[in-house]
Amino acid sequence: MARAALPGRLNWQLAKVVELVEETAQTTSIVLEPANWQGHQAGQHVDVRLTAEDGYQAQRSYSIASGPEDDHLVLTVERLDDGEVSPYLVGVLQPGDELELRGPIGGYFVWNQSLAGPLLLVAGGSGIVPFRSILRHRAAVGSDVEARLIYSARSLDDVIYREELDTIAAAGDGVDISLTLTREWPEDWTGHRGRIDGKLLDEVAWPATEMQRTYICGPSSFVEAAAGTLVDSGHDPGRIRTERFGPTGK
Amino acid sequence: MDAVDGNAIAGELFEVFGSEMTMAVGTCAHCGASGMIAEQRVYMRAPGAVVRCSRCDGVTMVLVRVHGRARINLACFKLAPPYDHAPLADHQLTP
Repeated sequence: MARAALPGRLNWQLAKVVELVEETAQTTSIVLEPANWQGHQAGQHVDVRLTAEDGYQAQRSYSIASGPEDDHLVLTVERLDDGEVSPYLVGVLQPGDELELRGPIGGYFVWNQSLAGPLLLVAGGSGIVPFRSILRHRAAVGSDVEARLIYSARSLDDVIYREELDTIAAAGDGVDISLTLTREWPEDWTGHRGRIDGKLLDEVAWPATEMQRTYICGPSSFVEAAAGTLVDSGHDPGRIRTERFGPTGK
Repeated sequence: MDAVDGNAIAGELFEVFGSEMTMAVGTCAHCGASGMIAEQRVYMRAPGAVVRCSRCDGVTMVLVRVHGRARINLACFKLAPPYDHAPLADHQLTP
């Protein structure tokens, strides 16, 4: 019988580091120029591979932060102090260096405007990264799909893309953004406090009858809790897509 | 320890199958649950990746890297059409 698809190639390639942008104390955006980039869909990721002088290799997956229409490929990486790969990417890597990667990868956690229904994005920590790609794509194609983002961060200083999110929220373009701070907040903070729970999700989500599409990205326990809460409130599990990252991930 | 989703092994699966596989649907041989590879639980701490059914927690796939090549055993995950062909022969691990 015929194969489902012709065997493709997903080759490792070198990408030149064009610029590094410090997003927060722990996260940096790496602006890249891959040798051969075929374009990507919002929500996809790439695999990054580091090779030590003795040949030892370590590989991780990172969500793509740039929109498909952007000039460069951008990865936003959170530095995990006990990590094997991220302390190199955030701290050692310099503009002009080359990084080995393959991609784009993934078809499950992608969004495009042909997918009907309002869009609910739920982010925990660096789980915001693929949503930046999705929101940039939504703006670039002039989509009128209503979108809401709930983003949980430890403190205001840990909010990645804060300026860009403020700009999107202020544009009045159909994107509503709610921040919740879980550890510390400014005295005059009027946003949400504490972890994302059923009450906050009920406030922000559309009623189950509106058939929203939900994307949840964050640490495993965060994703588990948010998805479970939405399903308990009657939302169709078939319209919830999740991307968890663990201690060896993202 | 925490599991991640099937998305985490998308690159390795592409290497084995020659196409994007996270949306491929299969059936767990232990409990009969049907779902996409992206919805399986993946444990990355082993030397390789152990993939478990999100319903019964039974092992559905094992992925390892041998001499630089990704190899897979998916004896307990029956892929539905159009992905029900065996993976490329030299990537197959004996169950």
